Amino acid sequence: MFDAPEKLALGLITGIIFGFLLQKGHVAKYEVIVGQFLFTDWTVVKTMGTAVVVGAVGVYALVFADLASLHIRPLLFGGVIFGAVCFGAGMAILGYCPGTSVAGCGEGRRDAMVGVLGMFTGAILFVLLFPKLQPVINGLGDGGKVTLPELTSTAPWLWVSALVIGGLVAFAITNLRSNRLRKTSVPPRPSESAFVSPTATQRE
Amino acid sequence: MNLLINKSWSPYWVGAGIGMLSWFAFVSADHPIGVTTAFEHTAALALKTAAPVVEQSNEYFARKSAEGQPPKIDWEWMLVVGVFLGAFASSHLSGDRDKVVVPKLWEHRFGPSAPLRLVVAFFAGALMMFGARLAQGCTSGHGISGTMQLAASSWLFITVAFVVATITTFLLFGKGDSHHV
Repeated sequence: MFDAPEKLALGLITGIIFGFLLQKGHVAKYEVIVGQFLFTDWTVVKTMGTAVVVGAVGVYALVFADLASLHIRPLLFGGVIFGAVCFGAGMAILGYCPGTSVAGCGEGRRDAMVGVLGMFTGAILFVLLFPKLQPVINGLGDGGKVTLPELTSTAPWLWVSALVIGGLVAFAITNLRSNRLRKTSVPPRPSESAFVSPTATQRE
Repeated sequence: MNLLINKSWSPYWVGAGIGMLSWFAFVSADHPIGVTTAFEHTAALALKTAAPVVEQSNEYFARKSAEGQPPKIDWEWMLVVGVFLGAFASSHLSGDRDKVVVPKLWEHRFGPSAPLRLVVAFFAGALMMFGARLAQGCTSGHGISGTMQLAASSWLFITVAFVVATITTFLLFGKGDSHHV
């Protein structure tokens, strides 16, 4: 029923830091998440991209040093694809993902609180329907708990290096472009600032 | 202290922080950061408490026990509690609090009705969580923790989810509204 107390404490500490970061990163805000899918606000991609690059370097170094082990979710094509379709549609309509819904609650957001109630209901439905969902989850085959290096018989460091280089190139391009924009300093069209919240203005 | 009362940090620093927090999670708890398994476990425990017969009638419980992952209050469950507390503390320190019911962009497109926004948020939340449990992960478990481990399932999940979310958003708001964000 319960993990050991020290493990629970570790989870709580990790969660507090995670929630703090999500809130400071402004990703627990409806306009930021929907703005990403409208390609007008790149905060989500910048945050996730950096997390994945930094995380990959460390996690593969830790695995190499035998200080950590990988935890890979199975490539059940049906479950992953149908799940991603429901997930993507739900997230776009709600305007928060699961983690940022919880962080949004912490920020006081009432619509995120109702979203979390819905999420709990969705979890109950999933458990109730679990036996009937098996054909959907397993229907399209099981690729196993496999990583991209394993799938392609290549070395993990090739992929990690590619992520790092790709991340640096994307960072360089974005910042060069925003510097150039700043130099030419085109004043924003009035319509653009119509729905910018005070906090988003400060961020600029 | 100044840093803690700032309203926003650079997405690159926040991302790097989440990446390093993942190292910590792997080393300290042998666990990737994730959120939605805790919701599934809470739902399973609630069902078991409300209707004990479900433990026999629904193969979920036997399957998860056999896999060594019976529903329980665990590291990830506390992580979700922590996410709430961390965001609560951060937003109070900076004063960046928002008791919004109907976000501005939503209001611009669908009007100021609070019941409409909340009913839709409820069902969208349910759909999102249902999908996350079908796929065994969400933006955190697949999108960040899985992709950094180079998991094939996670790269497939986040690609499909991002494409579907983009299509859904454009269907909802149309291209004409994008400049209002």
